[in-house]
Amino acid sequence: MSMQTPPAGSSPPGDSLWSRIMAHDLTYLFFRSPLTVVAAILSVAIMLAALMAPLLASMDPFDPAQVFLADANIPPVWQDGGDPRFVLGTDDQGRDLYSAILYGMRVSLVIGLSGVALAATIGITLGLVAGYVGGRVDAVIMRVADVQLTFPAILIALLVNGIVQALSKGTSRETWAFGVLILSIGLSFWVQYARTIRGSTLIEKNKDYIHAARLVGQPTPLILLRHLLPNVIGPVLVILTINLGLAIITEATLSFLGVGLPPTQPSLGTLISIGNKYLFSGDWWIVTFPGLTLAIFVLSINLIGDWLRDALNPRLQ
Amino acid sequence: MTSSAVTPPVLELRNLVVEFVNRHGTLRALDGISLSIAPGEVLGVVGESGAGKSLTGAAVIGLLEPPGRIASGEVLLAGQRIDQLPVEELRHIRGKRIGTIFQDPLTSLDPLYRVGEQLIETIRTHLPVSEQQARERAIALLAEVGIPAPEKRIDGYPHEFSGGMRQRVVIALALAAEPELIIADEPTTALDVSVQAQIIAVLKKLCRERGTAVMLITHDMGVIAETADRVAVMYAGRVIEIGPVRDVVKSPRHPYAKGLMGSIPALDERPERLLQIEGSMPRLTAIPQGCAFHPRCPHVMPRCHEARPVLEPIGAGQVACFLHEVRS
Amino acid sequence: MLAFVIRRILQSCMVLLTVALLAFTMFRFVGDPVAQIVSLDTPAEEVRKVRESLGLDDPVIVQMGRYLYKAVQMDFGISYQFRQPVIQLLAERAPATLELALISSFLSLAIGIPMGVYTALRRDSLFARVFQSISLVGVSLPTFLIGILLIYLFAVTLGWLPSFGRGQVVTVSGRWSTGLLTVSGLKALILPSITLGLYQMTLIMRLVRAEMLEVLRSDHIKFARARGLTTRAIHFRHALKSTLVPVITIAGLQLGSIIAFAVITETVFQWPGMGALFLKAVQNVDIPIMAAYLMIISALFVTINMVVDLLYAFVDPRLRATIKG
Ligand SMILES: Nc1ncnc2c1ncn2[C@@H]1O[C@H](COP(=O)(O)OP(=O)(O)OP(=O)(O)O)[C@@H](O)[C@H]1O
Ligand code: SF4
Ligand SMILES: [Mg+2]
Repeated sequence: MSMQTPPAGSSPPGDSLWSRIMAHDLTYLFFRSPLTVVAAILSVAIMLAALMAPLLASMDPFDPAQVFLADANIPPVWQDGGDPRFVLGTDDQGRDLYSAILYGMRVSLVIGLSGVALAATIGITLGLVAGYVGGRVDAVIMRVADVQLTFPAILIALLVNGIVQALSKGTSRETWAFGVLILSIGLSFWVQYARTIRGSTLIEKNKDYIHAARLVGQPTPLILLRHLLPNVIGPVLVILTINLGLAIITEATLSFLGVGLPPTQPSLGTLISIGNKYLFSGDWWIVTFPGLTLAIFVLSINLIGDWLRDALNPRLQ
Repeated sequence: MTSSAVTPPVLELRNLVVEFVNRHGTLRALDGISLSIAPGEVLGVVGESGAGKSLTGAAVIGLLEPPGRIASGEVLLAGQRIDQLPVEELRHIRGKRIGTIFQDPLTSLDPLYRVGEQLIETIRTHLPVSEQQARERAIALLAEVGIPAPEKRIDGYPHEFSGGMRQRVVIALALAAEPELIIADEPTTALDVSVQAQIIAVLKKLCRERGTAVMLITHDMGVIAETADRVAVMYAGRVIEIGPVRDVVKSPRHPYAKGLMGSIPALDERPERLLQIEGSMPRLTAIPQGCAFHPRCPHVMPRCHEARPVLEPIGAGQVACFLHEVRS
Repeated sequence: MLAFVIRRILQSCMVLLTVALLAFTMFRFVGDPVAQIVSLDTPAEEVRKVRESLGLDDPVIVQMGRYLYKAVQMDFGISYQFRQPVIQLLAERAPATLELALISSFLSLAIGIPMGVYTALRRDSLFARVFQSISLVGVSLPTFLIGILLIYLFAVTLGWLPSFGRGQVVTVSGRWSTGLLTVSGLKALILPSITLGLYQMTLIMRLVRAEMLEVLRSDHIKFARARGLTTRAIHFRHALKSTLVPVITIAGLQLGSIIAFAVITETVFQWPGMGALFLKAVQNVDIPIMAAYLMIISALFVTINMVVDLLYAFVDPRLRATIKG
């Protein structure tokens, strides 16, 4: 049985861009899913708060001059022994937890976004090349991808981390932890992009406009970037969203495991790791608030990703 | 309605309306379908892609996919309404009283079960027989649909059969419980041209032997001309002409049917002129007012824009067109 | 069939060889093999002798061959931190990891598959929606956070279960230390295996659900409906079987990634397994352990993959046919 459904992007002709956006199917589906709307609001709010951390925070937790050990392990204000200066309490170094979370979220976000951007760049480039050039190049790239796919991302990230640490003997973790985390995430998540892009490239490359561009004598890189890329990039959107959540989890996990950011530059994962040490002595807040922030943020992103995947799937209206 | 008729039609559709409700509003995919099939009769259903042929079949067996639903009208099987039956009772009718054949034999069978297992399972779902009896019956059915060495092939998996052979298995499955009606939705479209005729021949022979009525949906006018007793022509979710195959194929009355029939060169006569119908069938979202065919009709009249012609008896058949309106 | 098996084995060997190459590169160029033997105050002359005796001045290809030859015999060198043979360290810790991984895999399959089937069949029911939402929470919470949460709840607050270690273990047949035979060993397994299995469970549930929804839309299910089969036969005889065939592959890979994910769980619960050892190696730049772990894990993955492929071929008659031919 053949089924014809209107294309996902169909929208009645409107005048302004705004009315066109509002009339679009995606917009309609978005507002029909209250959970997604809440998730979007939450994740935008968290991202904004992280970006504006210096404005919102009551102190700079990275600045040793503002941190006093005497303020360590103070519970949240509403508990006995709370201190109005530290709404959510302090950690073991005397850092205001609220400020540390804002700054930590910023670190997590920057690493997550950069890592995903790196993964996407590597993956898209290799996918385009593999699909377009084909032959042995394709075989090699895809074989590497296959092998890598059998290893969970966290293992690859750990390996990259260990290797860099070995090669950078002597230098302090502060100097390279940031870059290595981004590299680890980039190297562990590229495969999915490469596979998706390669698949669509294989289909697109035989179409007329590509033939035409080749006949005109345009150089291959130009064909890849200007003509092919815009036509194969679509499905990457969903992967990007879902990967951002994964990347932030990976960063947090590595930092938790003690191979990510050092306690002097805490990310959410570092804070949780610190808090975990004090859980048994009853200092529950150090682990709870960063953990909650992380969970809510990743959950929101995943909710959006999930919704986006369903909304873009033409088979489920 | 003459309720005194000796045998009611096997299938009767009265003003069947099927709608899809989505956020753009309600789409009316079938708009007042009325037709009937007598016992043992073969009714051909033709029309452009998207006319609603498959949907009609699906509505009859109660397998419309949501959000599709029967909005109004009646489906009668041997004089009994079945469109409002509870799910479970309708299931007993599917396979038992109405057999179905789909277009693609390659994907109709479950690849993970042997052909025999699928036959036996179908037989035992509908008939009170033992496993052994069902197996014997299955072998007999396979032999009847023309599968060589059925007692061996019964233990084969679907992928071990060719396309044509698989469609024979599908026919055997549809006939497994001796239904009164078979709905065959483009049973040969997916097949190799060389085996299409054989499959139609098998279907025709078996149904004639058993007196099974057939609703044969197809694009192939040749098959219609050879196989069907009567033909229904559909356009934009409506039946626009229905009648004996001789009349409708040889001398269609509705302008659309004329165009459709004109596009196949007849076998015995030389094609006078290949009638082309300009334009294409409207989408469900844009079905014109009045006669749905009027934007393409060469004989369009002012009233065709406003009023909708209904099926009216003419000769041995019925036509929905103002050109053939019986003037009072 | 034989040709297929042989081809599959050759492919696996190629993968292993690639990984071994990587491991060797790490071992030889990232790490410092001499450091295994000497300490900081060893005289330079001594160091030179050690270099020579290790054959570090031989051509790289010879060294590589030697490394592989030893690796096949399970000789992965000496750990920098522990000054013990790597294989001995890994062997001591393997039972802890494998028991944890097996129980977690079992949990995730035994719960994930039925939940996936349920949410697919009752797509619009309240429970299905709740499951689906919970599963999203499951994939969104990092494993270590789940572990901490469970510890806080069941160990710190309620005091029902231990928060770390394997409990009392029994050594079976002189090699395998098992926690499955004592009450405290079993109790110690509960929280870690839930932590490790939860993520995989939600993943499996979501995969089964997606796969099953796909199958339910397929032509042969439509035809099964048209044949008038009972809903039960359609769902559980036909749809479920078609769903589970590809799930076998996933389940196999799952076991592999559970072993790797154990790194996190073992750290949270101070579980004396291979993962915790690997993490310590990463932290302390103990290259021989890292290289060995990499090879052992990939050998495991490759074996599992191969078994899964063969199993798949066994279950799906279409593949069985192409393999025979
Ligand atoms: N789920 C749906 N939502 C909206 N419209 C639908 C849906 N399913 C079918 N339709 C519409 O119903 C109409 C009739 O479809 P149907 O499959 O019955 O056509 P057909 O005559 O069998 O065509 P073909 O010859 O291509 O098989 C089509 O216009 C189609 O767009
Ligand atoms: S009713 Fe009018 S428009 Fe429709 S087919 Fe007849 S003549 Fe043409
Ligand atoms: Mg159709």
